[in-house]
Amino acid sequence: MSEPVLSVRGLKTHFRLRTGTLKAVDGLSFELQAGRVLCIVGESGSGKSVTAQSIMRLIELPGRIVDGDISFRDQDLLALTEHEMEDLRGNRIGMIFQDPMTSLNPVFTIGEQIVETIIAHTGASKEEARARAVELMRLVGIPEPEGRLTDYPHQFSGGMRQRVLIAIAIACEPDILIADEPTTALDVTIQAQILRLLSDIQKKLGSAMILITHDLGVVSAMADDVLVMYSGRMVEYGDVKTIFRNPRHPYTLGLLDSIIKLDDSRESELRSISGLPPIPINPPPGCAFRDRCVKAMDVCGTQDPPWVETATGSTAVCHAVEAEEGAAGAGQGAAP
Amino acid sequence: MTDAPGLHGQSMRQRSAADLRRENLHIMWRTLTLAWHAYAKDKAAVGALIFMIIVVLIAIFAPYISPHDPTEAVGTRGGLPGTDGLLLGGDMDGRDMLSRLFWGGRVSLLIGVVPTVAATFIAVVLGLFAGYIGGWADQVVMRILDVFFAFPLVLLAIVIAGILDPGVATLILSITVALVPYIARLVRTTTVSVKQEPYIEAARAGGATTPTILTRYILPNMLAPVIVYSTTLIGLMMVVGSGLSFLGLGIQPPDADWGTMVSDGRAVLKRAPHATAFPGFVIVIVSLAFSFIGDGLRDALDPRARVR
Repeated sequence: MSEPVLSVRGLKTHFRLRTGTLKAVDGLSFELQAGRVLCIVGESGSGKSVTAQSIMRLIELPGRIVDGDISFRDQDLLALTEHEMEDLRGNRIGMIFQDPMTSLNPVFTIGEQIVETIIAHTGASKEEARARAVELMRLVGIPEPEGRLTDYPHQFSGGMRQRVLIAIAIACEPDILIADEPTTALDVTIQAQILRLLSDIQKKLGSAMILITHDLGVVSAMADDVLVMYSGRMVEYGDVKTIFRNPRHPYTLGLLDSIIKLDDSRESELRSISGLPPIPINPPPGCAFRDRCVKAMDVCGTQDPPWVETATGSTAVCHAVEAEEGAAGAGQGAAP
Repeated sequence: MTDAPGLHGQSMRQRSAADLRRENLHIMWRTLTLAWHAYAKDKAAVGALIFMIIVVLIAIFAPYISPHDPTEAVGTRGGLPGTDGLLLGGDMDGRDMLSRLFWGGRVSLLIGVVPTVAATFIAVVLGLFAGYIGGWADQVVMRILDVFFAFPLVLLAIVIAGILDPGVATLILSITVALVPYIARLVRTTTVSVKQEPYIEAARAGGATTPTILTRYILPNMLAPVIVYSTTLIGLMMVVGSGLSFLGLGIQPPDADWGTMVSDGRAVLKRAPHATAFPGFVIVIVSLAFSFIGDGLRDALDPRARVR
């Protein structure tokens, strides 16, 4: 594969709380290729958003990136000064947030907010920036952009505000677009529109995109690659077809199994993964998922699970998968 | 979507600089008009504004419109309204009440408005700093302010005024200092809550620098409650100023402000209640007017209240 746009190695973002250290992200590694969409999937509290914030270096105390490195092209993001980072944010890396209702400054017009970002990063004149803002608003599908430039956020619906936020995020044609659950707060009917828009724009700009979601339907529609997170750690990573067709990690299996299908009979029970995800404050050694895992073994409680390159092409972090692979490998080896 | 112009395309026709300037002016004018409409929806605020304009004009032109010299006895002591040809009667020394009210407004407005405005400015800077930076900065600034806070406002003002020479400048300075902790607390609390709004993180993700976040995101979103609070303090400060003058730390007799007139009137309260009632009434009305103006300003500053 080509040189990745973004590569994250052994990222650890911890929050020092009075009750202990919350290991929100604990040893995460992945690569993002240009033009591809990586979906980060996981339950609430699995560290998806903290991962995004870490990449943007928006982690605030008591949180801190304690280890790992994040490279954007050939730049080490963790070594940049805050000022250099400000240049990068919204310029080379754009971010879209979960709640469009509260992500815009209520006291300035939409136009002012788009123009502000453009001027901050490109040094364009006010006139150029305004022309560009109109163009961006048209691009994200806001009707009559000229007239709406002077409207305030409260005069826009949720879907329209998310379009505005997308316009701001792509104003400088970023290399990476990070979307943190961009449709969670929207009506179902609007969700598909926004996702299609994001997909169109990502293709048009040729940027890479990190899409954070807990909706596996969104993943199947949008992703090229999938990273499944659980309790701050990666559990499985691979391209979307592999993950959906051959999920290996028991957690991924459970997630896919809990999707409601139309042909399920009404009497059949909704499947779920029993138990709740642990809060990773001072986590014990071993696999965080073991208490809910159907394939849990003794070793899961004592040793951190290994990274296993599976025969099917994904990477799973699991003792059970290692055992399965070992058995399969041995079987293959034995056959002449 | 399909016929949307390319990202690099210059689809907008170029406008001349003059056009743009005219357009900017137009937008500014429109914002002002909308703000005025939001303000004007509050009838009490409009009434208060008109009233205050009249009061301020009277104070400014007091030397020309006062029927008598405010420091000279022109009637009987404690003369009731209408006696000696004095519309509002005379005070305990027989000075014309009406003229004294006109002149007193000059001092009262000054010691009500100037310290409050000055203290608000200082408090906004301190509160923003403490609230935004948090941590040690918060601790240092707020603990120092807590020390001031521990004394009652009036007592603190008395201490400061006592050190300095009596006069209007002393009044203004001492009230300003005493007032800062009160407003700074509010600014800090509001700053902390605005700081946690998602649009702050979104702004940072868009590459906004700290000065931008402070001036364009936190300050304008924090200002409304501060303005409402500050305007209600104006009336109170007029009274506090009079208290200081009563103790001989501020205005010196025979000059007067409204508060001093109230306290002077005590001596003849039974015989001439009007000598206390008129200035007291004026203080109440003016204080109310400032609070109404504050409410109106809050609406004018809030884009959600502005309607086309």
